[in-house]
Amino acid sequence: MEVAIIKYNGGNTRSVLYSLERLGITAIVTNDAEQIRKADKVIFPGVGEAGSAMQFLKQHSLDVMIQSLAQPFLGICLGMQLMCKSSEESNTNCLGIFDVPVIRFRGEKVPHMGWNTVSNRSHSVLLKNITDPYFYFVHSFYAPVVNDTAATTFYGSTFSSILQKANFYGVQFHPEKSSDAGSTLIQNFLNL
Amino acid sequence: MLTKRIIACLDVKNSRTVKGVNFESLKDMGDPVEQALFYSQAKADELVFLDISATNERRKTLSTLVNSIAKAINIPFTVGGGISSVDDVRTLLESGADKISVNTAAVNNPKLISELAKEFGSQCIVVAIDAKRDEGEWFVYLNGGQIPTKLKVKDWLKQAEKLGAGEILLTSIDTDGTRNGFAIELTHMASTLLNIPVIASGGAGTFDHFKDVFKSGKADAALAAGIFHERTVDIPQLKNYLKEQSINVRL
Repeated sequence: MEVAIIKYNGGNTRSVLYSLERLGITAIVTNDAEQIRKADKVIFPGVGEAGSAMQFLKQHSLDVMIQSLAQPFLGICLGMQLMCKSSEESNTNCLGIFDVPVIRFRGEKVPHMGWNTVSNRSHSVLLKNITDPYFYFVHSFYAPVVNDTAATTFYGSTFSSILQKANFYGVQFHPEKSSDAGSTLIQNFLNL
Repeated sequence: MLTKRIIACLDVKNSRTVKGVNFESLKDMGDPVEQALFYSQAKADELVFLDISATNERRKTLSTLVNSIAKAINIPFTVGGGISSVDDVRTLLESGADKISVNTAAVNNPKLISELAKEFGSQCIVVAIDAKRDEGEWFVYLNGGQIPTKLKVKDWLKQAEKLGAGEILLTSIDTDGTRNGFAIELTHMASTLLNIPVIASGGAGTFDHFKDVFKSGKADAALAAGIFHERTVDIPQLKNYLKEQSINVRL
């Protein structure tokens, strides 16, 4: 199986790469459209800032390419947020795969940092065989609950911790840093 | 609900875990990668590695170690100790650290915090503060608590947050190593003053100390070293106890 990790300026690619290695998968880290297109699975990681990340994707024509992909696609943290319609961070227009604006937490400590639980809302296949759904979160912006919300988490209010639509999956937490539950989630994605 | 975090801290020197026995000698405590694996399996929520070696080769050795840890464990970890530049931080993050902590260098050059936050994002910038009380006021100490300053902890906390710190690691020198409990007042002051998470450190000895620092101190996370390394406190048992005390933890 070929797994491509999209390389861009918002990437935390190494942790994702290592989490796949622990599952016996050697992924490629690339921003080459052809390599991404022919991969069986695509992972879009993210730690960083929405505005400059979108700018990078546009400059490298990765925005249109991502929208056109048909294989299972997993956005992580900022990656998930960039798959939404917009982000309040630097007032950025994003990829629009999920029809939801990303907004900033208000009234709680920011960032939302640490382990929180995830409630499965629509039998998400990503949560299969996970009995203790604690995942590690680090983020200051969130997607409210919408039709594409597959799982939710509570921090001040209830927000989307997993978004899902056709072949596109987005998780707000970091499965690559979420111990055994995170490894199972990544394995579930690879099994798609 | 967001859980309270239990963090195990390891001092490393030349890629070995060490423990100070007295001022002169350091006892070798083993391989940091093996210990990292042990703690991640024991359900520690995060790990902190403080590098106390000071050779010219330090940075290279440390980044190799950080890389080995990142390959081995699947929980977040922070690296600190002697970090003073954007390049130091880039090397460590690229080696696989999730967060880095700055202490003395940030006090000497507060702009470092904003430079790091701008370059890498606040989420990975931990500002570590060593605090000691003098006539009712908490002051910042430097170089591992050896050098006093006139900087008040409450002022530095606010400034660090404003400059872009994503989290505070707050150690009370007065309680550190005593095993008589965390500095509850100090922790409470910081946690209620700031809108970023606060990790309490220094003084953990019993399960109740953790309960107190979460309930009365309002800490977001609590860090300990010796009691975990010596297995005086077992992390799974500690978490079960906290759960019984209605403190939300990851079991």
